[in-house]
Amino acid sequence: MSADPSLILDGREIPFVPGQTILQAADDAGVYIPRLCDKPGLEPFGSCRVCVVRANGRTVSSCTYPASLGMVVESETPELQAMRKVLLEMLFVEGNHFCMSCEKSGHCELQALGYRFGITAPQFEYQFPHREVDASHPDILIDHNRCILCARCVRTSRDLDGKEVFGFVGRGPHKRLAASTGSRLKDTNADVTDRAIDACPVGALLRKRVGFAVPVGQRPYDTVPIGAPEPVQEARR
Amino acid sequence: MEATSGRRIVIEPVTRVEGHGKVTILLDAEGHVERARFHVVEFRGFERFIQGRPYWEVPVAVQRLCGICPVSHHLCAAKAMDRIVGGEKLTPTAEKMRRLMHYGQTFQSHALHFFHLASPDLLFGFGSDVNARHVLGIAAKFPDLARQGILMRKYGQEIIRLTAGKKVHGTGAIPGGINKNLSLAERDLLLQDLAQMKDWARATVQLARDYTLAHIDMLGGFGSFPSNHMCLVRADGALDLYDGGLRAVDAQGRTIFDHVDPQRYLDFIAEEVKPWSYMKFPFIKSLGPEHGWYRVGPLSRISACSFIDTPLAEAARQEFMQVAGGKPSAVTMAYHWARMIELLHAVEKIDELLHDRDLQGTDLVVKGERRGEAVAIIEAPRGTLFHHYKVDENDQVTMANLIVSTTSNNEPMNRAVESVARQFLDGVEITEGLLNHVEVAIRAYDPCLSCATHALGQMPLDVQVVDAAGQVVGRRVKGSKER
Repeated sequence: MSADPSLILDGREIPFVPGQTILQAADDAGVYIPRLCDKPGLEPFGSCRVCVVRANGRTVSSCTYPASLGMVVESETPELQAMRKVLLEMLFVEGNHFCMSCEKSGHCELQALGYRFGITAPQFEYQFPHREVDASHPDILIDHNRCILCARCVRTSRDLDGKEVFGFVGRGPHKRLAASTGSRLKDTNADVTDRAIDACPVGALLRKRVGFAVPVGQRPYDTVPIGAPEPVQEARR
Repeated sequence: MEATSGRRIVIEPVTRVEGHGKVTILLDAEGHVERARFHVVEFRGFERFIQGRPYWEVPVAVQRLCGICPVSHHLCAAKAMDRIVGGEKLTPTAEKMRRLMHYGQTFQSHALHFFHLASPDLLFGFGSDVNARHVLGIAAKFPDLARQGILMRKYGQEIIRLTAGKKVHGTGAIPGGINKNLSLAERDLLLQDLAQMKDWARATVQLARDYTLAHIDMLGGFGSFPSNHMCLVRADGALDLYDGGLRAVDAQGRTIFDHVDPQRYLDFIAEEVKPWSYMKFPFIKSLGPEHGWYRVGPLSRISACSFIDTPLAEAARQEFMQVAGGKPSAVTMAYHWARMIELLHAVEKIDELLHDRDLQGTDLVVKGERRGEAVAIIEAPRGTLFHHYKVDENDQVTMANLIVSTTSNNEPMNRAVESVARQFLDGVEITEGLLNHVEVAIRAYDPCLSCATHALGQMPLDVQVVDAAGQVVGRRVKGSKER
């Protein structure tokens, strides 16, 4: 074993910096662990559970669980992949995700993970919830049909934009994203240049009037699958 | 299909058409045809569920109405949204890319209909053996023709892919423009097969012409009748499949209205609802519902336009009009010939466009003064297509009204069905071959029943024969054992 601290991820020894999470250590080592609510630059959140791994036999979210010396982590096992697939399928059926007419198609992390996991049709019944579109802001639109409650916009607005434009209301299945003012987005200080708009992994938070500007074939996930190894990404860029 | 002793015959579904429809034929106590109706039984939904969606999503969403000519809906919605964003004066690159997409889809859709859907009737006979009367039968007996049909469709689909991003349900047209140009490599790819496509298109026009002329006496009495016709024409009266003003002519070719601004379509066209079909019955307001029904599509376009601006298609049009005596053709089955003239026109326009360097331009989108309401009209392969939207200040759609070509052809198709039923089914033992005559008349229009009702769900056709007491005595359902 080398002098630097390291852990074992799927049989491979990878180094980590003390204080890093398992996910961060894996990223630094070029090993992809699927995730949705995690985003570089934001504090770990651990809500989507797609980054689930088994660490020293315990099932944990790798985005929040600290790496430790000699830890044995399993990620690409059939059991964990099946768990991730179920989580993704649940996200698809909980909302109204109509990829065929969504402007985020080809840019959407949920859709890209759906392809990665070979989800052709969910095993659960669609819930077809009734959800609203908040188009009140002149330049930004919230389509609640597609929100997966990852809180990336909430955290980005608070931690990077310094605004707290977004928050959550309701509990359990009734939980939903809301303007932090409690009313509509037009009543907040949200601005089209906010980094929070780009934080959304799906098509829930959108800049208005720019949809479909990128042709099919040139969208990010048209050419490079999500989680592709760095050499593949380089080759296809 | 089984022969029935008849009082009510049901053909369900009508086959080799796009969508789910049925025919009911009512017989009196003596077995004579009393009435025949063509019903479209799909559910209508798009106009409702597009409400509340942002306007830039509409061109991508509404094209899901159809899998054969979605480009028509994509472009028609995009044209409406051009007006919403004040960008209706497109850049040359944007307009030419869209036109190329549209001619590509006209080419593929017309090839699909002629070779895959209609040719078994024309080449084998309307009442020929049902076991061979399909596209695989064509492939077995006329392999070169079948291959040609497939490759012509493929060529059109490739054009769509390179302009819209995908062969089916692309995203190329956006409000005020287009999201890509045509690279030189893409252009060169399309140029490779162009000469072959033109040759085949000319040969196909000849085939349709020869068939029509060889059977003109029979076809003249086959579901044929004089009618009004409507289509878009360019400002100079030329055939224009992408844009223009509305023209309507009567059975003699006399103008009913001309160069009507699409924004004013409601001053000229109204729709009637009947309880037995999900499809509405549009009519020309000035003539009323009884006399104001009209036809659209290839027969109407070739009959009503002043000329075609490509030489080969124009020569073919002139011969067509000569045969029709210089006025709109009353022959329903002449739709096939007219459709192939348009196929040739489409490939001639593709040729023009592929040699136009504007397609490699980089100025793709324009915007201007925002509007809250817009109408767009385009000539889809099956006929005139209307999209009408209202959009609120938050950019959300509040109203959508679509009148598709098959809806305009609703009354004519019903008349054709009734005419053929009276001619072939009256007082005789009804066989599958005779019932196919009814379907042949419907197929001439190349109807798209899923478009016509903006459908949700499956698409099969149902023909019923009903007696004087309303009892169903015969029925045929596509893809079902039900009789």
